[in-house]
Amino acid sequence: MMHARGLRVKLERRLATSKTTTILIRMLSIILSLPLIGVCFAFYGVSPLDAYIKIFSGGFGSAHGVSETIVKMLPIGLCAIGLALAYKARILNIGAEGQLIMGSIAATWVALYSDFPQNLTIPIMFLSGFIAGATWAFIPALLKTTLNVNEVIVTLMMNYVSLNILNYLVTGPWRGAAQWGFPQTDPFPSYARLPLLTGTRIHYHTLIILLALTFLFYVLIHSTTVGYEIKLVGSNPNAAMYAGVSVSKIILLVMVLSGGLAGIAGVGEVAGVQGRLMRGISPGHGYTAIIPAWLGGLDPLATLLASFFISGLMVGGDRIQVSLGLPASLVYLFNGMILIFFITGEFLTKYRVSIEMGGRRIWI
Amino acid sequence: MDIVASLLEEAVKAGTPLLLATLGEVYCERSGILNLGLDGIMTIGALAGFAATWATGSVWAGFLAAMAAGGIFSLIHAFTSISLGVNQTVSGLALTMLGTGISSLLGAKYVGLPLRNRLMPIRIPVLSEIPVLGGLFRHDLLVYMSMVLAIVLWYVLFKTRLGIIIRAVGEKPEAVDAAGVNVYLVRYLCVFLGGVLGGLGGAYVSLCYTPGWREDIMMGRGWIALALTIFSLWNPIGSLFGAFLFGSVEVLQFHLQEYGVPASLLGTLPYVATIMVLVVSSLGFMKKRLGAPAALGVPYRREG
Repeated sequence: MMHARGLRVKLERRLATSKTTTILIRMLSIILSLPLIGVCFAFYGVSPLDAYIKIFSGGFGSAHGVSETIVKMLPIGLCAIGLALAYKARILNIGAEGQLIMGSIAATWVALYSDFPQNLTIPIMFLSGFIAGATWAFIPALLKTTLNVNEVIVTLMMNYVSLNILNYLVTGPWRGAAQWGFPQTDPFPSYARLPLLTGTRIHYHTLIILLALTFLFYVLIHSTTVGYEIKLVGSNPNAAMYAGVSVSKIILLVMVLSGGLAGIAGVGEVAGVQGRLMRGISPGHGYTAIIPAWLGGLDPLATLLASFFISGLMVGGDRIQVSLGLPASLVYLFNGMILIFFITGEFLTKYRVSIEMGGRRIWI
Repeated sequence: MDIVASLLEEAVKAGTPLLLATLGEVYCERSGILNLGLDGIMTIGALAGFAATWATGSVWAGFLAAMAAGGIFSLIHAFTSISLGVNQTVSGLALTMLGTGISSLLGAKYVGLPLRNRLMPIRIPVLSEIPVLGGLFRHDLLVYMSMVLAIVLWYVLFKTRLGIIIRAVGEKPEAVDAAGVNVYLVRYLCVFLGGVLGGLGGAYVSLCYTPGWREDIMMGRGWIALALTIFSLWNPIGSLFGAFLFGSVEVLQFHLQEYGVPASLLGTLPYVATIMVLVVSSLGFMKKRLGAPAALGVPYRREG
């Protein structure tokens, strides 16, 4: 309890929280973080209101803006629904960034250095991207299940490892012959490029995969035995063990799936957006995806919606970086603020705060 | 033999930021709070230290500013994880994102600026001439202070009443609470200390080890320090060895480059080594995680 003269703050555990309250608190937590981010804008001599209008109109205010938001939502959404699944089992995979990079490397190998039939190239790229991402996630999962090694640190360390592998490839053996020394490969042949929706940069194969997987994960979580076991492992591993659930199997499964999805995201980035592998192939999509996973309450459908929202903010953020000259990692600030306010909000969904002042009582 | 001594010298220098951050995290985790925001705290410290030194011309003013900034910044995590009792992993991650974001935004104008003020190394007479081990005694004052600090913090943690209280808070907070100790206060202080030392470690990078400011200056050092905390078995003396071991890995990385191994492949060394260290810490005799605080990561709430 916190006491101050004439002021008394009391906490009470909420017995049940309605869905509406939860959603209201989540929305509020995002809105409340905006003024604080505004302080940083003001520090930079940029009018916060102006910045917000530019951010929102940049991401959602025009057909072009929305289409760019969808382009960003593809990698972020794929990573996020995978992460949400892992988090549901309380396995904190922070390695989507590295798993995405490994997926993009595998796809590049298929596109430039393999002899598969041309008409099979794209499906094989997606498949190999999935396998590469899944393998990269399997290592920390195996260390977790056999030796109980902290998966947060291992997945993070593996992000740095994959980033170095990427840089090695694009500055060394895979550097394109006609790239004037730029750290990138030669462009993919046309049969290894994903077609785009006319007039946009949306590579619709990836969009269809994202929507299909969101639906599949929704069904998996809500109406299958495995989904139930995942939730049980996440909420009470001991109970899961007594119920005969193989906790290790669930951990390996969610990690392989979430790594695989991040790998697919990497395929989309090289085959759909860039058309080649290059340094900085992901500007931190794998980290950004952590936010919508939590904002969506770890539910696949809500996570997809949250990914759309966050992607819009990122597109708008890119816009103001160019027009107002702000540094690129401003998005981390956004993400961090939103997440801090979000977890504070989560507290309010579990506890009721009452403030007593001179005999009057205010409930929050 | 002199080569070995100079390698040791470089390793100690490279290990000092890790040592400081690990020492802080050891106290933090001993009190039961896991702070995954360490990398963000170190980045904030690196910027605060650089900015203050740039403004005042004094490296020591830089260190002080970094300690203050790291300490204050860590209070966000203290508030969410101690007062609100939220998921510490998520809160820590948020803190790292926040720290990276804030420092890149505020640090944009310092990128590429040269730093004229340096800490001069103090060669300890006689000792610095010893073969091999002489490399331990050719450093600036902060390196010596960190080594002494490791010993002091070990003494406090294991040989004083305050240390018993801190460890008890991380093991059985209910019991300590019943004995009249303010669990919240102890945890706040330990998280704050973790922030202060993390900030200082970050500033050692931007002021002494690789002077200058860049957005990605920390290169995951905060995460390596988190692994070292486990590797050290939550013991300040263990941190001393762990940090210098990792300092050697970093030095090795630079020297192997001279033999034509690509820099980007060598760049994976510290991270692969970190994973190895975690694996080793979980093997065999260490499996019981001797010294792992029982209440680590568990929010404490006094009901009623």
